[in-house]
Amino acid sequence: MVLYLFVVAYVGGADDPIRPAGSPGLRWLSGLFALVLFVELSIAVLGSGLSALSEEGAGWFEAYGTPAEIGRLLLTDFLLAFEIASILLLVAAVGAVVLARRRSGLEDPRELSVADLFRDREIKGTQTDAERGTMLEAGGEPRR
Amino acid sequence: MSIEWYLVLSALVFSIGAGGVLVRRNPLVVLLCIELMLNSGNLALVAFARAHGNQDGQIFALIVMVVAACEVAVGLGLIVAIFRRRLPIDVDELRELQG
Repeated sequence: MVLYLFVVAYVGGADDPIRPAGSPGLRWLSGLFALVLFVELSIAVLGSGLSALSEEGAGWFEAYGTPAEIGRLLLTDFLLAFEIASILLLVAAVGAVVLARRRSGLEDPRELSVADLFRDREIKGTQTDAERGTMLEAGGEPRR
Repeated sequence: MSIEWYLVLSALVFSIGAGGVLVRRNPLVVLLCIELMLNSGNLALVAFARAHGNQDGQIFALIVMVVAACEVAVGLGLIVAIFRRRLPIDVDELRELQG
């Protein structure tokens, strides 16, 4: 969630209102699809003949679901899944950094960092000095 | 409370997520809706684990959370890269793999 907040602050969702899908027909169709999906799943769950679904569930022991029990399971029965998850997290973190870093060598003068936005109050959005006085002034701001 | 109402709630959350993925065009909101769908799956897993009286479903839900965190990290990295290159932040406009 914190990551979301950072990215929303960086990308700036406010100046670019979140638009719904293009044609209103498709919007209605999508909403209808979601509604139909919900009704269908509800029918499948509530109308099934499985009597176990309408009970409280099986009995449970004293330590059911406690952090100690979850940790014991993670380090005994599910040790392989635990280790694979740790490797996956490492790969995802490295991949995110590689994707979001600034490319050296491909220096784009229009690139802005968050620090630039804090440093200079004059910067409107992401338009920098490099863009002023060029064809961009006549053509308007670049599309995002 | 019986197990099936947890499943109905899970279906409701999943439908909201699926509808959001279809309707919205901002990749941030699409990622949030995918997160919603994954969490509805988690709710169903935990409900079934309770129904069976063992804890495997809870471990499964934890692993799903890890996968969701990885997906969000890579997705947000992509969004930041798209923003840096000044491409439109709109999943309908981003049709090409080539930058």
